[in-house]
Amino acid sequence: MASSVANGGGGHDALRFYLTKTAQFVIVLATTLLGLVAVTFFIGRVVPIDPVIAIVGDRAPAHVYERARQELGLDLPLIQQFWIYLKKAATGDFGNSVLTTNPVMTDIANAFPATLELATLGTLIGVILGIPLGILAAVKRGSFIDQFVRVLGLAGYSIPIFWLGLMGLLVFYAKLGWVAGPGRIDVTYSYLYTPVTNIVLLDTAMQGQWDAFWDAVSHIILPACLLGYFSLAYISRMTRSFMLNELAQEYVIAARVKGLSEMRVIWRHALRNAAVPLVTVIALSYANLLEGSVLTETIFAWPGLGQYITNSLQNADMNAVLGGTLVIGAVFVLLNLVSDLLYRLLDPRTR
Amino acid sequence: MKSIPKFILSAAMVAAMATSFSAVKAATPPDTLVEAWKLDEIISLDPAELFEFTASEIAGNTYERLIGFDLKDVSKIHGEVAESWTVSPDGKTLTFKIRQGKKFASGNPLTAEDVAFSLQRAVILDKSPAFIIGQFGFTKDNVKDKIKQTGPYEFTMELDKPYAPTFVLYCLTSSVASVVDKKLVMQNEKDGDMGYNWLKTKYAGSGPFTIRDWKANEVVVLERNPNYEKPTPLARVIYRHIKETATQRLLLEKGDVDVARNLNPEEMAAVSKNPDIKTNSGVKGGVWYVGLNQKNPNLAKPEVREALKYLVDYSAISDTIMKNQAEVHQTFLPKGFLGAIDDKPYKLDVAKAKDLLTKAGLPNGFSMTMDVRSNSESASIAQAIQQTFAQAGVKLELIPGDGKQVLTKYRARQHDSVIYRWGADYQDPNTNADTFAANDDNSDNAKAKPLTWRNAWDPGPLTAKTRAAVTEQDPEKRAAMYQELQKAVLKDGPFIIMMQEIEVMAMRKNVEGVIIGPSFDTNFVSQAKKN
Repeated sequence: MASSVANGGGGHDALRFYLTKTAQFVIVLATTLLGLVAVTFFIGRVVPIDPVIAIVGDRAPAHVYERARQELGLDLPLIQQFWIYLKKAATGDFGNSVLTTNPVMTDIANAFPATLELATLGTLIGVILGIPLGILAAVKRGSFIDQFVRVLGLAGYSIPIFWLGLMGLLVFYAKLGWVAGPGRIDVTYSYLYTPVTNIVLLDTAMQGQWDAFWDAVSHIILPACLLGYFSLAYISRMTRSFMLNELAQEYVIAARVKGLSEMRVIWRHALRNAAVPLVTVIALSYANLLEGSVLTETIFAWPGLGQYITNSLQNADMNAVLGGTLVIGAVFVLLNLVSDLLYRLLDPRTR
Repeated sequence: MKSIPKFILSAAMVAAMATSFSAVKAATPPDTLVEAWKLDEIISLDPAELFEFTASEIAGNTYERLIGFDLKDVSKIHGEVAESWTVSPDGKTLTFKIRQGKKFASGNPLTAEDVAFSLQRAVILDKSPAFIIGQFGFTKDNVKDKIKQTGPYEFTMELDKPYAPTFVLYCLTSSVASVVDKKLVMQNEKDGDMGYNWLKTKYAGSGPFTIRDWKANEVVVLERNPNYEKPTPLARVIYRHIKETATQRLLLEKGDVDVARNLNPEEMAAVSKNPDIKTNSGVKGGVWYVGLNQKNPNLAKPEVREALKYLVDYSAISDTIMKNQAEVHQTFLPKGFLGAIDDKPYKLDVAKAKDLLTKAGLPNGFSMTMDVRSNSESASIAQAIQQTFAQAGVKLELIPGDGKQVLTKYRARQHDSVIYRWGADYQDPNTNADTFAANDDNSDNAKAKPLTWRNAWDPGPLTAKTRAAVTEQDPEKRAAMYQELQKAVLKDGPFIIMMQEIEVMAMRKNVEGVIIGPSFDTNFVSQAKKN
């Protein structure tokens, strides 16, 4: 890859770059997922929870218990169980969830969009507010606004999301009545549209159910702002430090000496350079939210991936846990790829 | 700095967005009851398989059973789908007549064929609750001969022993004996599974409500069954899965749900001050107990077991931690069961406990552990017990764990002691006697694992007495046998039974007619309405 860059990119080299990149991506994805499956699988089997109880309950007679154990394949040697799982997974069969009885991927196709919707909105809020705030704090270093951003960041780090979520509900839902309460949509609207993507905002909008759409907006706005705040706290803090670093560079002084306007210096020169590491920060923060924030989902009765995986883990529902882990792993690798590609766009040196 | 206005603009936009959704309606639709409840334990809606509290309650509202009991006086049994029944002179054959003219929600007529099929199906599928019917000598191979349709509206059950008729009838009140629509179920049969994979998530019953939808970890929706003889005032009942109890409280106070099911005592006390909210409660068949593993040599001494029973402050726990959730009860049969007695010989008495410990050769106490489920009331009760145990020198180390983790350890007999809750499987006293007073095989690889086995206790002659009680034909003699068993276990058993459960529901003032019955499948909403 480095040599193709050195040769000065023609169309041919660009193609080679993308081919290499795709091959790399596939290899990274495969190894990551395989590693994840192996680690999760073996950890899952040594967890001191009996998965059979989740299926048959505590009161089942011995023969019912034993039969369920055999159906799960738990009587086989561990390595053999792993091999069977891998073989099935390779054909796209990730098994059924013990708790919901659905195929794991069906469950995830239900839960993941809920998380995706929330995480995307949260990240958008975090980026839209966090970057300008961080820049502002860096430019006006030591000023009131800088102090404010730092306190905001500190609070974002130290206030438990659990507490803030409940307070948010108490104030904006219970007292002021500005937003709708926990859940994704009111029961009144929940049968007005057919779930296609399972992203409620998208489904209701596409089917022209605008009352349902606004109800869904009213439900999502509070948890999204909450997650947005936490990602804002992180993003603004990082933006501030990246910008401080850039503003101290000689090229900034040179630009100022040349008489460029302050706006141009900040947005065109400093931010451009700070943007490269910032992309990683945003991608990481987004990936974090995509894992599903268990506490937020619990408080807001949001049937997302975080609740699904936690609940599965507590019941030793290992097929579900493995499926969820794989999806999260894939999301991480994918976001990594996207930020790599963005690097290339933002930083001419990597071309 | 020109970026400031931009920033202010974007912030103002978000604020404006947030404030513009103030048109949020409180209050649920008048013909719909919405309950906030923890639903994540539901794994099946098939009456032959479901056994959890939540699923059982849903089955209770959507299916009909052969037999029912009076919710106020459980000793009164009546026919539900059955019109009448007779017992043969030898006590081994029961003949049931089915009420005519009944229809399933699907429109199919309900006949003796459906009833016999439902019972056979439960035995053949042989899922967790199948033993409730199977224990009368039915197996996969013989059930089609033993439970037989003898006319369009008549069928017989041939038992392997002359069991007490009350025992058989009480077992037929449980949800595993629900009547399923044979025609509908068999239309959806695949590979000889008797419709099992279909009915897991679908519905084929004749109860007041039908199950319209179940989204795991999200919602269960019931809808009025138009074919039910006494139409429900409500058009639908929606159970929303709300895991966080503080969230349940907010939804209830705001009017977005009508009933909150899982509020803790503090939340319950707080909402009861709200003039729009009331609370209803009912005594349930569950008991809270501490199990003492007899594999621990100290706990195996009778004096130590008795001493520990004197080291629990029963009334303090039920008045504070378990306020409105449980009341003091020390025998293994909860109030409401045939033969239940309410003896309460134990209270906190440190001096007496010390005497007993001295007799056991442990004048300075000893150390032991207790496994506790960390996410429930158990943790608080365990801490209270830890304090009172310490007063007599018994050092109790608490080992918190996740629910299933503690259960796994308990089932493997690897605990010293454990704090747990036991709920009756069906409404007959045998359900508790069988687990608290009988142990056929105390060896490590025993087939049956009742609570006695889990705590490695051999109750000696009590096992035979428990077995004799199920064939006693005279109800009064039968009740006396259970009284004797309760007293023996109370005195010597490895169980510190502390409390009987109370279920409390917090609901909006305008909700009427939600019934909290004595068992977990008798919480009925069929006549509930909203004013």
